[in-house]
Amino acid sequence: MTKKMKQFNSLKKTTRVDFATYFGVIAAFVIVTVLQSNGSLKRSVIGLLVPICCYMSMAVSLNLTVGILGELSLGHAGFMSVGAFSGIVVSQSLAGLIPNGPVRLALSMFVGALLAALVGLLIGTPVLRLQGDYLAIVTLAFGEIIKELINCLIIGCDEKGLHFVFNLSGNKTVDDLGLSANGTAIIKGAQGATGTATIASFTAGFILVMLTLFVVLNLTRSRAGRAIMAIRDNHIAAQAIGLNLTKYKLLAFVTSAALAGAAGALFGLNYSSLQATKFNFNLSILVLVFVVLGGLGNIWGSLIAAAALTILPEALRQFADFRMLIYAIVLIFVMLATNNPQAKAFIKKLLPHRRAAEKED
Amino acid sequence: MTQNMPQKQKTKLVPVSREPALLTERDADKSPVLECIDLGITFGGLKAVDNFNVTIGRTEISGLIGPNGAGKTTVFNLLTKVYQPTHGTILLNGKDIHDLSTAQVNRAGIARTFQNIRLFGELSVEDNITVAMDNQMHYTMPEGIFRLPRFWKEERVMHERAMELLSIFHMEHLAGAKASSLPYGAQRRLEILRALATNPSLLLLDEPAAGMNPSETAELMENILSIRDTFHIAVLLIEHDMNLVMNICEGIAVLNFGRIIAKGTPEDIQNNPEVIEAYLGRKKEA
Amino acid sequence: MEFLSYLISGISLGSVYAIIALGYTMVYGIAKMLNFAHGDVIMIGGYVSFCAMFYLGLPNIVAVLMAVVVCTVLGIVIERLAYKPLRSAPSLAVLITAIGVSYFLQNSALLIWKAAARSYPPVVTGAVKIFGGKLTVSYISLLTISACVVIMIALTLFVSKSKMGKAMRACSEDKAAAQLMGINVNATISATFAIGSALAAIAGVLLCSFNTSLMPTTGSMPGIKAFTAAVFGGIGSIPGAFLGGLLLGIIEAMAKAYISTNLANSIVFAVLIVVLLVKPAGLLGKYVPEKV
Repeated sequence: MTKKMKQFNSLKKTTRVDFATYFGVIAAFVIVTVLQSNGSLKRSVIGLLVPICCYMSMAVSLNLTVGILGELSLGHAGFMSVGAFSGIVVSQSLAGLIPNGPVRLALSMFVGALLAALVGLLIGTPVLRLQGDYLAIVTLAFGEIIKELINCLIIGCDEKGLHFVFNLSGNKTVDDLGLSANGTAIIKGAQGATGTATIASFTAGFILVMLTLFVVLNLTRSRAGRAIMAIRDNHIAAQAIGLNLTKYKLLAFVTSAALAGAAGALFGLNYSSLQATKFNFNLSILVLVFVVLGGLGNIWGSLIAAAALTILPEALRQFADFRMLIYAIVLIFVMLATNNPQAKAFIKKLLPHRRAAEKED
Repeated sequence: MTQNMPQKQKTKLVPVSREPALLTERDADKSPVLECIDLGITFGGLKAVDNFNVTIGRTEISGLIGPNGAGKTTVFNLLTKVYQPTHGTILLNGKDIHDLSTAQVNRAGIARTFQNIRLFGELSVEDNITVAMDNQMHYTMPEGIFRLPRFWKEERVMHERAMELLSIFHMEHLAGAKASSLPYGAQRRLEILRALATNPSLLLLDEPAAGMNPSETAELMENILSIRDTFHIAVLLIEHDMNLVMNICEGIAVLNFGRIIAKGTPEDIQNNPEVIEAYLGRKKEA
Repeated sequence: MEFLSYLISGISLGSVYAIIALGYTMVYGIAKMLNFAHGDVIMIGGYVSFCAMFYLGLPNIVAVLMAVVVCTVLGIVIERLAYKPLRSAPSLAVLITAIGVSYFLQNSALLIWKAAARSYPPVVTGAVKIFGGKLTVSYISLLTISACVVIMIALTLFVSKSKMGKAMRACSEDKAAAQLMGINVNATISATFAIGSALAAIAGVLLCSFNTSLMPTTGSMPGIKAFTAAVFGGIGSIPGAFLGGLLLGIIEAMAKAYISTNLANSIVFAVLIVVLLVKPAGLLGKYVPEKV
């Protein structure tokens, strides 16, 4: 074995897995970029590149809440939505001030993350200090509510700055913004955002995925990550060793929301028109399926599941109608297989080599 | 009794920072570490624990014994504020802990093990210990994410401390194993190490010898004594193994139906008729 | 007069929420799980009764009965297949499975009946005028409110007086002890799901009659709101579900009338957040500390 390989093998297992994950993502990016510049990729696939990056990032950030913290969040699409629309507002309103696309994109993603984090803090604080299944129902409701709220938003921009109207009664229109002749409407109530300059790029998506991995993996392998997993494994013992449960739960949840917001901003700036209904319950469940299928707590698993399940439906178009049904069955099945004692024993019998491998570590 | 603890620098495991208001210098001060005054809790109409008066010296090993259901674990839950007492006072290092939460009580100096093992199953053996040292680490989340120098320094220090703790029970080779994969006895010992890692003044052990054979129990006795001597802490243990209790406890309180029926040295307790009656029942009149 | 009309509307809406909330609270009390699929059982009840009335031309009463039977069986089947195997699993696994079941029901309905909204014929039509013609109360409102009252009384009597009711209370306190006392825990849990699902069917019929429309996603939002009502009143408490449901219905109706129709759902959500902030155990709930 070469010296480098010896050094690599002497690292902790988790470090090896993390490096392999980064390497895998970089390799995939390089390969796809090469194929793209060759012209070997179909049009439909090229259109999927940015969404796949967003979904991969979403899956990893949801895994932080569901797999590592162990709390079910059903409103991940809602955080994406917050990120998307705030990102669009930032990007469109600063188009004159900051003509450079990538810089504007980075700023939009940053603002999207920040706003999503704030919202996460707002809904997480009352809920996470409680023991129980409250987060699930609160995030489920949040996902529905945010759609309603964004549909009431009418936002426009002119030389005087941002104009903002909250369409409570349903009667207000863009005209109520009072924009000057040079102004443009960015978000038009139920119509959503139209006329957005699509500054998203595959490179930005790659950076998003790497950033998400960097944050989640490093967080997990630090003292905050240990504390979060301890809370997941046994919250009573976690209290007994002096951990502040609420603080760490919020840390995980808000970080997860922030990353979802950044992914949302990238997603939103990939489409010239976008409505709030795009970020619905189906999307939250889709990301949950990525996480569950890839393995709760298994970061690279989320990446692969997200990529595979986004590409696969394109290939299996005739089964489109059954796709959601199959996802539902997948959720139920994986939970039964990984938690029911009889099912676990059955599967152990089928995979004897896995048991031996586990013993090595 | 042989000392099987290797001679290590005692200062290494003394924490770098403390909340000065709550804790005093362990070596110098001779004041009691714990005082329970008229402590009690009532559930509905039932007085689960009542009139609990106990003082534990700074480096004293005390025992809490009694028949099953006497309220011993309830006392532990009161001391760690899992239950809020309905009456009485608990003074830890002279300070009233009435308003503290469970996590705050641990930071103030009480650590415990559980009757039913409560390890962090998915974490490694070493991580179970280092997570208990979280309050002694200070690097922030950004420092952790960006792997700044303070992260590496503190993690290294904690890793060394964890290995030192593991060496007490000769478990260094198990550091990377998943906690749930350990055999029962090792899990119990890990729980004790985890509690020790929080740098307590008082260690509460809930049936530490449960499921151990006589030679394991003998080793545990030596370990508890050397832990007390090395870390200069007080230990309060709940136990059913009378051999262990009578051999290492300096003071014993006997609980029955939530009330203390006897308090004193092992000799006092062994000869106390009420204690004998509580465990064995009253002798039938001939 | 307008206020009274909104109030009655709120009480009938609240009655539906109460009936749904009862199902949530009973299942949570016994199985300690949030049955996300409950809202979708409501939707199934709506569709079964719709098909009975529309396609089979059966009279309303029979359609309702059919819905009750189908939903009861559905509830028992779901419990046996998806929840029972996970009784000792961590609560996250059960939650994910429940979401899976909910999603499964929604998408099955989507495949079978398609996404388009169906026009649902109310089980009773007409209205009555009171206060000298100044206030109109629909028969469906009256039916809903009386159904809720009847169910509430019947359920309270059942849980406190009947043998199965006693078994349910025992299981919700301590399953293991109940089993040692000779109670058939499996049958008790199945019975709980059966009752909850039967109530869901009735709620489905009433809800669809109220809204006169039906879609695969019809049960979703009322399910969330009814769960909010159950938490509001105190999860695990039957009178709490009743109280929480009624109050929530009134709050929602008032919000729709006096603040904004668009934000009615957000206001209900805000109620949930406030309850969790101020009194998580709910109005009539007790805080039960964990055994350590």
